[in-house]
Amino acid sequence: MTIKVLIPTPLRPYTAKQSAVEVTAGTVGEALSDLVAQHPDLRKQLFSEEGKLRSFVNVYLNDEDIRYLSKDATPVKETDTIAIVPSVAGGLRSLDRLQRA
Amino acid sequence: MALKIPRSLLDKLRQHGEETHPYECCGVLVGEFDDADTKVVKGVVPCGNTRTDSPHNRYQISPSELLRIQREALLAGHDIVGFYHSHPDHPAQWSTTDLAEAHWTGCSYVITSVENGRAVLTNSFVLREQEDAKHFEDEAIDV
Repeated sequence: MTIKVLIPTPLRPYTAKQSAVEVTAGTVGEALSDLVAQHPDLRKQLFSEEGKLRSFVNVYLNDEDIRYLSKDATPVKETDTIAIVPSVAGGLRSLDRLQRA
Repeated sequence: MALKIPRSLLDKLRQHGEETHPYECCGVLVGEFDDADTKVVKGVVPCGNTRTDSPHNRYQISPSELLRIQREALLAGHDIVGFYHSHPDHPAQWSTTDLAEAHWTGCSYVITSVENGRAVLTNSFVLREQEDAKHFEDEAIDV
């Protein structure tokens, strides 16, 4: 079936600036595979060389993080939306080096 | 290359840093990208800091909160254009942790130094390139 994958701002250079891509899939894993098949330059952004989703890449099926569902094997249905959400974090640590201080 | 932000929104994110001092604040900038590599901020969305284990020197925005903000921004015809956080009693410069944990290429990362509970300096940095070569560039804030 066809479902929609929402693409965040930093990954749009790899999807011809599209904010959403339609993929054909029965599971979240198949959806991501179809996404990178359509847009091969995305593969390196989403997956490690071992083919694992990078740790800072969060994937949501509707409102749920797939880590708390069945991960790649999570089934999808036509009305679902997958969203890719890179993490946002940072801050100071006592030993951090400050730039241009 | 600049981050255009109305005074009222700049004040809002600076005040957030004062309110949370001595802990770090964090939030999202929503708005528009224009053709000249300039971003126009239309809204500032304060977020909770999920790093409750070390909130004085670390911040993290919940991905589910990011997702909600992204959805609401898209409905309003806007987009996520950047993020902000504070450095309590430290300069408004990015740290090695800030760079290591930055993944939104093309977006602005705004940092406010807050000294003794008072916002002092606010700087903006744009994340360039992808993971292997990523780096921050200074960005002018156009109020």
